[in-house]
Amino acid sequence: MNARPDNTSDQSATDKGNAKGNAKGNAKSSINTEELLNSVGVVTPQTLHFAEPLTLECNRTLPSFDLIIETYGTLNSDKSNAVLICHALSGSHHAAGFHSDEDQKAGWWDNMIGPNKSIDTNRFFVVCVNNIGSCFGSTGPTTINPDSSQAQVYGPDFPLVTIKDWVKTQAMLSDRLGIDVWHAVVGGSMGGMQALQWSVDYPNRLKRCVVIASTPKLSAQNIAFNEVARQSILSDPDFKDGRYLLAGTYPRRGLILARMVGHITYLTDDAMKAKFGRDLKSGKFMYGYDVEFQVESYLRYQGERFSENFDANTYLLMTKALDYFDPTRDYPLETAIDSSPESLASSLAESVKADSSEDELENTLADSADIDNISASNHQELTALKAAFAHTECQYLIVSFTTDWRFAPERSQEIVDALMATGKPVSYINVDAPHGHDSFLFDIPRYMGAVKGFLNAPFMTDNRDQNSQKTLGARS
Amino acid sequence: MRMDHQLAERWIAPHSHVLDLGCGNGELLAHLQQNRGVTGYGLEIDEDKINEAIANGLSIVEQDLNDGLARFADNSFDTVVMARALQAVKSPDILLLDMLRVAREAVITFPNFAHWQNRIHLGLKGIMPVSEALPYEWYNTPNIHLCTFKDFEKLCAQHDIHIINRFAVSDSEKGHSPLMTALIRQAPNLLADVAIYRVTKQKPK
Repeated sequence: MNARPDNTSDQSATDKGNAKGNAKGNAKSSINTEELLNSVGVVTPQTLHFAEPLTLECNRTLPSFDLIIETYGTLNSDKSNAVLICHALSGSHHAAGFHSDEDQKAGWWDNMIGPNKSIDTNRFFVVCVNNIGSCFGSTGPTTINPDSSQAQVYGPDFPLVTIKDWVKTQAMLSDRLGIDVWHAVVGGSMGGMQALQWSVDYPNRLKRCVVIASTPKLSAQNIAFNEVARQSILSDPDFKDGRYLLAGTYPRRGLILARMVGHITYLTDDAMKAKFGRDLKSGKFMYGYDVEFQVESYLRYQGERFSENFDANTYLLMTKALDYFDPTRDYPLETAIDSSPESLASSLAESVKADSSEDELENTLADSADIDNISASNHQELTALKAAFAHTECQYLIVSFTTDWRFAPERSQEIVDALMATGKPVSYINVDAPHGHDSFLFDIPRYMGAVKGFLNAPFMTDNRDQNSQKTLGARS
Repeated sequence: MRMDHQLAERWIAPHSHVLDLGCGNGELLAHLQQNRGVTGYGLEIDEDKINEAIANGLSIVEQDLNDGLARFADNSFDTVVMARALQAVKSPDILLLDMLRVAREAVITFPNFAHWQNRIHLGLKGIMPVSEALPYEWYNTPNIHLCTFKDFEKLCAQHDIHIINRFAVSDSEKGHSPLMTALIRQAPNLLADVAIYRVTKQKPK
């Protein structure tokens, strides 16, 4: 459970440390037998080709696309034991097991998925898919653009995709696999957004939805961090408008910087203090700009490793997909159950207008108006979420971590509140863990136990039909 | 099932929407859900109990009752249940009013501090009572706002809370002899160690 340099929440495929493996050092010859036995073993990814055109939310169309997936466990005869895993920002389809006998590192969620683990592969058929736009095998900026004249890669011409687009491709994958209804759709961080979107877009195709360390949508601060990351890449002279592969360059420095910024948001001040404090690499001040503090060394190392294994265009596109995420987008407020927020907002605006005629009070009132507006806007958010969740049919487990400040517990609670206000079955835990946003990748007994219990629980035949009618206006 | 749970169940309408405050492992909620078609949520802070309830397929939300019920809209539920938690919250009076904001009715159970055994402990022995209903020492008890039936009814009167039903029991799994039942009815504040109240803010018709 120690913070490790190679276990960060946007797990890159090559960055998928396993606590046990690391603790046992770097046995070069082969993977630890015990670890192999505790895992799904050696796995082989498969690539599925989808020949039909795919129209995306941005109104552009991919003529065809590939999805690379891994599966663990066995699909039962009535195809009722399938669990879909959605990956985070820089994750991949390689969620569990090893790629060969020599492979040193297990998949990014190997502590969660495997025989007798929380997502038990003795019981469930687990599918993890690499999303389009990624750089690990599914169609994306690094794959060949069929419309290009000389079989060039998409590069910056790959369309901007959204969480909703991904979920659509995952539903097409479900059809291909013959899975009508998922036992559960599970994801952390950006993966949790996909799980949530599944429940909204395909309400009758999943029974359980597990949303971990996630948020109903990004905050202005979240978007701001993403923008810094993007600008780091975009302003690198080697970026060449995204055609770096053609130009024979690579925006390495930009990608390193982007990753460094991102990485800070996955950790906590306390975790960094415990790991590095103010320790100096050489023990004394050098009065220069080379690496001096251990934390600088760590961040640079992380950034460099990441830049070797990730594609800059993919990073740009993934951060935009995060920014765009909004499960309420198809549910404009006019159709919402409760129309009071507009009237609330307008009455607030009017009262502010009336009050601010008194000049000497104007500044103070402007401040309090800001606060009122935040409260009105929170109310509006709740109403919009309620409208989005009104038709969902699954049971939810929402998990947050106390030290996560990227997607803080309050953001998860917004999801919980909207679900409860629409009478949907939802459980919520806020797990005390020191690792910040990264916590969702750690083997924390309470968290792992809750996921296991939720996935194995009897499905309560509820009587929501009788109850949903008399539901439950938002506070007014 | 616990005596106060059995009684609470009687006052909860079939197919109603219920909020269970301090629901523990969700025993009551599970029973209501299976036998009375009730829907709803439990709030709890004990990690192990939450996980147990989740594994039983219940809807349990981690929340400290001291944070209040602001997250719930007015009249979100038919009934709010709170079994033996009233005495452990920071502001029982505020919570009680909040319960009757989010639901039409509240069913509340709490240990009676005026039970004769407690009176003996305090009055004769001069020590803080420790009993089946109050199993803690003074220094480690979570029960920071102990009250008696009379105290609770006084609070209800102050806030125009109407008591629809009241049932006082001695917290014995074995049940009572008819004589004991009759005696408890005569002097509940002395003889009963747990009370269960069904209250509402609305004037009874």
